[in-house]
Amino acid sequence: MNQLFAASDPLFNHGTGDWIVLLIVLVKILVGFGALMTAVIVMIWFERKAISDMQSRIGPQRWGPFGLLQTVADGLKLIGKEDLVPAEADVFVFKLAPYLVVIPAFITFALVPVGGTLHIAGHVVLLQMANPPMGILLMLAMSGISVYGVMLAGWSSGSKYPLLSSVRASAQMISYEAALGMTIVTVILVTGALTTHNIVLSQGGGIWHWNLIRLGFVPFAIFLIAITAELNRPPFDVVEAESELVGGFHTEYSSFRFAIFFLAEFMNTITMSAIMVTLFFGGPAGWVPPVAHLKWVFPIIWFLIKTSIFCFCYIWFRAALPRFRYDQLMDLGWKRLIPLSLGWMLIVAGFLISWRWGLLMFAAVLFAWIVLTRAFELGKTRESGPERVLPTVGERPIPGRVIRRLSDEER
Amino acid sequence: MASPLSFFGGFKLTLAHIGRPKVTTSYPQHKRAKQPRQHGRHVLNRYEDGMEKCIGCELCAGVCPVNCIYVRGLDNPPDHPVSPGERYGYVYEINYLRCIHCDLCVEACPTQAITESKMFEFSFTNRADAIYTKAELLVDDQGFPQRLPWEDWREGEAAMTGGWMRATSPAGDAEYEGVIQWTGDLGVGVRAAEAGQSGQRDDEATGSKQLREVFYRHLQPEDVPLDRRGLRGMIRNAREKMPHRSHGDRGEQ
Repeated sequence: MNQLFAASDPLFNHGTGDWIVLLIVLVKILVGFGALMTAVIVMIWFERKAISDMQSRIGPQRWGPFGLLQTVADGLKLIGKEDLVPAEADVFVFKLAPYLVVIPAFITFALVPVGGTLHIAGHVVLLQMANPPMGILLMLAMSGISVYGVMLAGWSSGSKYPLLSSVRASAQMISYEAALGMTIVTVILVTGALTTHNIVLSQGGGIWHWNLIRLGFVPFAIFLIAITAELNRPPFDVVEAESELVGGFHTEYSSFRFAIFFLAEFMNTITMSAIMVTLFFGGPAGWVPPVAHLKWVFPIIWFLIKTSIFCFCYIWFRAALPRFRYDQLMDLGWKRLIPLSLGWMLIVAGFLISWRWGLLMFAAVLFAWIVLTRAFELGKTRESGPERVLPTVGERPIPGRVIRRLSDEER
Repeated sequence: MASPLSFFGGFKLTLAHIGRPKVTTSYPQHKRAKQPRQHGRHVLNRYEDGMEKCIGCELCAGVCPVNCIYVRGLDNPPDHPVSPGERYGYVYEINYLRCIHCDLCVEACPTQAITESKMFEFSFTNRADAIYTKAELLVDDQGFPQRLPWEDWREGEAAMTGGWMRATSPAGDAEYEGVIQWTGDLGVGVRAAEAGQSGQRDDEATGSKQLREVFYRHLQPEDVPLDRRGLRGMIRNAREKMPHRSHGDRGEQ
């Protein structure tokens, strides 16, 4: 067990028994937890302020300076509300589901390297909560588990609308997870490492080593789109479209449990921004001024700047883009992003072997793309379904469409 | 086909809005100026000698679309008449839980006894308070509306109570357009007629302002009024921002 840990985290080189090691791990967890909670509060405030600025409104302003304490006030209000469990609910699963969403969000953040390395009392300390050997795969596993949280929350509510919504949500999250995984594979191929620490290390040494440039812009674009869908954030928020539905899969939740869903959503936004920075933008890599003792601070600042830019991007998406229809969403996921990410992965893999293989793969992908385009074109014009269903009675006439008359037996 | 870059139009617009001034006002602390024809709480007016204008004809009650007005007329006592006519409003009640402030009662009144003030910020803690009786609606001896404890009167609102006038004839007769039919009440001078169908408007004289003028910063470029566009518009905006110099001072020099 010790060897397994030591393989990826130099903190455990001398075993895990040392109490200083234990203390360092504890401090890292506490600081990480506190920082993430603070970040969530600031993120919610920032989102509301930025959105209101983009809509010529003022936004929260009553609690604290510039309304900074608004989130705290909202949280207190939510906790003070009555805690309802529907009569038809499966109580255990109903109470379990919020934690299945929020705990993966925490664990995913534990993987993110927020800074370089420190040397404390003869120990090498990585500035990340954990650096497990399976690294980025843990993130995929965690996002898989949070699908369970969403699915079970809707199912256990004992109400049909949350159930429908959770089916849509899990379908959406699973569809986009495929494209997401494929882009992560390209990152792993190029960096040759699974652990987030090594992924960041391999991107050190200037902006040209960032995966954004090394992989070509496409995997990053796919990752950004897929992760937005994975987070159920606008424009992919058909699941909990506030202006159309009551609340999606968490309709029946109130009080603290609803607050947990809300918390998890914003925590995931921050975490995924951080993961994106880690995978494509070199994580904490950046210019460090030649200051003697504060060298470890600047990577953290770089990391914070990069992450907050992506947090702003999500808010910007919400302000600028209209919501996708459900079929458009599935169309984008299955017909565009998955083939594109698959093809790009093949090209990257080919070029990693030799340029001949790369060109061969490129040609193959191009051919597949043409075939696919033709297939989608054919599929669009093809009519399907039983004949009896198509013509309906009493419908508003669409130009060029003949409405069927009622037959005698139907009269 | 639209340019592929037009996809980013939404991003550009939302980003541009960050720099624009906010539309929201922090309401209880900061209150926006009211329009001169704002419809607020009613008042029952008097003549200068203290006689009530209401003659108890019940036209207001008849025209009221929500039946919120209840009037009963009575013959004037011969020795101490309440109104100059034959009858006077003996009972006059308005239920503000029903009133929609459409001002049809004001249009219907033959003696301009009922007009609307600009005051709309009033609320009650029980239903009985919502029914204003004659004792509350009638103006005081100086001709100003009574300030009831649950009402939020602001400076200048009481003075603007009676100075309402029709811009066009109530029957839609074009001959009456621009003709002032009403006299100024409560010592407030007669304002100019507001713009009718002819479109001729003198906003400074009537005190009204077009919404497009107020919100020109928030409009799409093609909707901005012509005199707010370009260099001339910039000069005008800058001049309006400068501290106001009254015309009287200039005249004396």
